[in-house]
Amino acid sequence: MAGEIETIRDLCVRGKRAELTQAVDGALAAGMSAQEIMAEGLIPAMSIVGEKYSSGEFFLPQMMIAARAMQEAMATLKPRLVVEAYETKATAVLGTVAGDFHDIGKNIVKIMLEGAGYEVVDLGVDAGPEKFVEAVRSHAPEFVLMSALLTLTMESMRKTVQALESAGVRSSVTIGVGGAPLTQKFAEEIGADFYGEDAYQCVELCNASLR
Amino acid sequence: MLIVAERINASRKPIRAALEKLDTIAIHAEVKAQAAAGAHYIDVNGGTFPGREPELLCWLVETVQAVTDLPLCVDSPDPAALAAALPKVKSARPMINSISLEGERFDRVLPLALRYRARLIALCQGEAVPAATAAQKIDLAAQLVGRLTRAGLPIEDIYVDPLVFPLATESSSANASLDAIGEIMRRFPGVHTICGLTNVSHGLPARRLINRTLLVGAIDRGMDAAIIDPTDMQLMQALLAAEAVFGRDEYCMNYIDAYQDGKLG
Repeated sequence: MAGEIETIRDLCVRGKRAELTQAVDGALAAGMSAQEIMAEGLIPAMSIVGEKYSSGEFFLPQMMIAARAMQEAMATLKPRLVVEAYETKATAVLGTVAGDFHDIGKNIVKIMLEGAGYEVVDLGVDAGPEKFVEAVRSHAPEFVLMSALLTLTMESMRKTVQALESAGVRSSVTIGVGGAPLTQKFAEEIGADFYGEDAYQCVELCNASLR
Repeated sequence: MLIVAERINASRKPIRAALEKLDTIAIHAEVKAQAAAGAHYIDVNGGTFPGREPELLCWLVETVQAVTDLPLCVDSPDPAALAAALPKVKSARPMINSISLEGERFDRVLPLALRYRARLIALCQGEAVPAATAAQKIDLAAQLVGRLTRAGLPIEDIYVDPLVFPLATESSSANASLDAIGEIMRRFPGVHTICGLTNVSHGLPARRLINRTLLVGAIDRGMDAAIIDPTDMQLMQALLAAEAVFGRDEYCMNYIDAYQDGKLG
């Protein structure tokens, strides 16, 4: 059994989607639970990928294919996970703020959060404060995560925090911000709870705040 | 090939640090290095500290002009910052980087371009999602060229930027931009095309190799301006060779001159 999990982990890290799905099918047939495959195989694999990407050993396409492989394996596991009443770690509402159309950084965060076992509600790009408020009301997430690449749109983050406050939902969520022009100081200034320097750190900070 | 020198951009750490301290010497060094390397326009971008962009852009314009007669390319997505900085520009034909069809940006940047007789970089940026395919980019280019020329901007002053997205997330992204460049140059005689190169290699190793390969491809399709770092010698060498190979350097004279000046290594 241990060997099978190691194979799954390794295939996911290397982004071998066809072989990974096969290995997952094999593990299920051998009696392993979907939950075990997630917790011992896929989630640790994506954490390894995240670490390698963060340290510069892995390049973006390598992370993308690992995530794609994981998503395919997840499709196989999903019906079983429902039966086993598997619970996601937490929910995060994620989006690029109003006026900004850059989605690469946001998408990397999404991949890594899903890889770490989070449920992600993706608001896409150019997401206004009211969109965040609405999503918080309907999904009751633990996290609100905002991305921006332009100096000009950093102000949208402040407005979103303010909108969450006026809507009376600010205290129910942990707010994280990230993006090239941002700093820790700016995050504090606008009243966010944390600043993630990169996608990996963002996931680490989410994990830390759940502990 | 019109070279817009890109190094004075607040997204670069050394420039950000220079802006923080209003370090004139650091900016002057960047201007001189780029001018010596063959820049035709010096791009200035001061967008890193929220709320301070108009002020910092003005400071950059004045600081750069103190040591060069080269024209400036005033670079900001914020029409207010452009409006503050353009009156300070001394050169007769500044360049504006940039206009797009997004929201108010078109209506607020256009009068500035007309008033200052600026050359204008027009981004193929869609209203909702980034224009990823060649067809989307060409459609946006057609709208931009149509609206700008109807408003009285000479087509020769329009530099269409198809935008290039990272290969790391979409393998066909550079090809979409290259196809768009070819079609835009065919369909709108007199218009220019321009693009930056660094985005294409985001997330990849040995980025400069990818950047200069993109430049060679774009020159093949007819691109006649580029936002680049002219102090990158290998990039400039690839540019000179590509212009010679694709028949844009009569008798290869620019190429030969560069060799005789010791610039080809």
